[in-house]
Amino acid sequence: MKIWTKITTLITGLLLLCPGLVLAAAEKAAKLVIVADTRKFTGWEAWWTNLYNESHLYFMLLTVAIIPVVGVIFGTIADLIMSRIGIDLKSRELSEH
Amino acid sequence: MDWLYVLMPIAGVEIFWPGLIILGVGVGVIGGFFGMGGAWMVTPGLNILGFPMAFAIGTDIAHMAGKSLIATMRHGKFGNVDYKLGLIMLIGTVIGFEVGAQMVMWLERLGKVEVYVRYLYLVLLALIAWMVFADVAKKKKKEREATAAGKEIDPLATGIEWHKTLHKLKIPPMVHFKEAQVYCTAWLPIMVSFLTGWLAGILGIGGGLIRMPALIYFVGCPTHVAVGTDLFEVMISGLYGAATYTFKGRTELVAAIIMLVGASIGAQVGTVATKYIKGYGIRIAFGLAVIGCFLSIVLKLIAKAVPASQGAIFDGAATVLVLGLVAAMSLYIFVKMLAGAKQEIASKKR
Repeated sequence: MKIWTKITTLITGLLLLCPGLVLAAAEKAAKLVIVADTRKFTGWEAWWTNLYNESHLYFMLLTVAIIPVVGVIFGTIADLIMSRIGIDLKSRELSEH
Repeated sequence: MDWLYVLMPIAGVEIFWPGLIILGVGVGVIGGFFGMGGAWMVTPGLNILGFPMAFAIGTDIAHMAGKSLIATMRHGKFGNVDYKLGLIMLIGTVIGFEVGAQMVMWLERLGKVEVYVRYLYLVLLALIAWMVFADVAKKKKKEREATAAGKEIDPLATGIEWHKTLHKLKIPPMVHFKEAQVYCTAWLPIMVSFLTGWLAGILGIGGGLIRMPALIYFVGCPTHVAVGTDLFEVMISGLYGAATYTFKGRTELVAAIIMLVGASIGAQVGTVATKYIKGYGIRIAFGLAVIGCFLSIVLKLIAKAVPASQGAIFDGAATVLVLGLVAAMSLYIFVKMLAGAKQEIASKKR
């Protein structure tokens, strides 16, 4: 188990860290260059659009970091509400097999 | 009513943000319940909200990564995720997906690949729907026969049992998957994931729609474990896809986050609903979702075949069908979850 886990984690990590390695996924999209209009924005939105225009790499790293964090925050809030209501969130009955 | 609209910093369009949250809740509930990303449901929804197509896929995948992460965590706590199986399947999925995607590019050079891909998708969906309902019918037949013979049927019994034949293959290395309660050759999940990944690559979809039934009927996972393990795969492929599409500048993160607010809560509701709806309830609802997807593709094919003025009607009908399906299914799951939770709380108080 351990060796399998290590190998697959390594492969997954490598693929996640090097999206440029993807051979097919986004080839079609790469032909078009989109530039965000920064003139409409101020504050964090201006910073965000500038980041997009300047470096897709940093933009990607931030996206990959923010998405799981937001998911976990709101998922945890839902968890708290459900356990407060009294739903058992730790077990379930096996229904078939 | 300006406050109901938010300007997307990258796409530069104003979007009705409550619509994004509602869409997120709907696909979150369905995703957490069936164990799939649900891109086929999200794209028409984003289109209706006025989202530019260039950003639709990337934004969808980004929100999918977040919602499947939280759903996997919840399923994991229920013991529904077989991480070992998920990791082994990841190898086959990644390789199969790349082979499939490369194959499509090769076929594109030969000519009209798009139409054939849609027909292949239809055949596959019809097969999945048939498999699900044949399984349900077979289980019911077993129950009838047992009742007629005066015997009691094992409550954990299943209808179609192809996995039992496949488990007889004893090619080393043999692996035991604890949560899935499966002992088989490691080549079985690798081959199944390669084939499902290959099909997903050809069809240009995430693959949850194919992988979930494959885990049940070929690997032999109980329905709940198939849902949880599939979500684990969706989570990894979602993160990978989010990174890829964002790197290519095709993700509108603000929209993804707004959707994710609804989707992460919806995914929790969908996941908890699997506690109250038995395995065959999930299978039947899944079969219905597959039929809905099938019909929406038929409508889209008709829209392409008829003149443009009539085509718009069929295109609209496809969108209405998909969104109606999302609304009806998520409502059904939500109501069932509420009823189950109410019953559980009442039994605790007794």
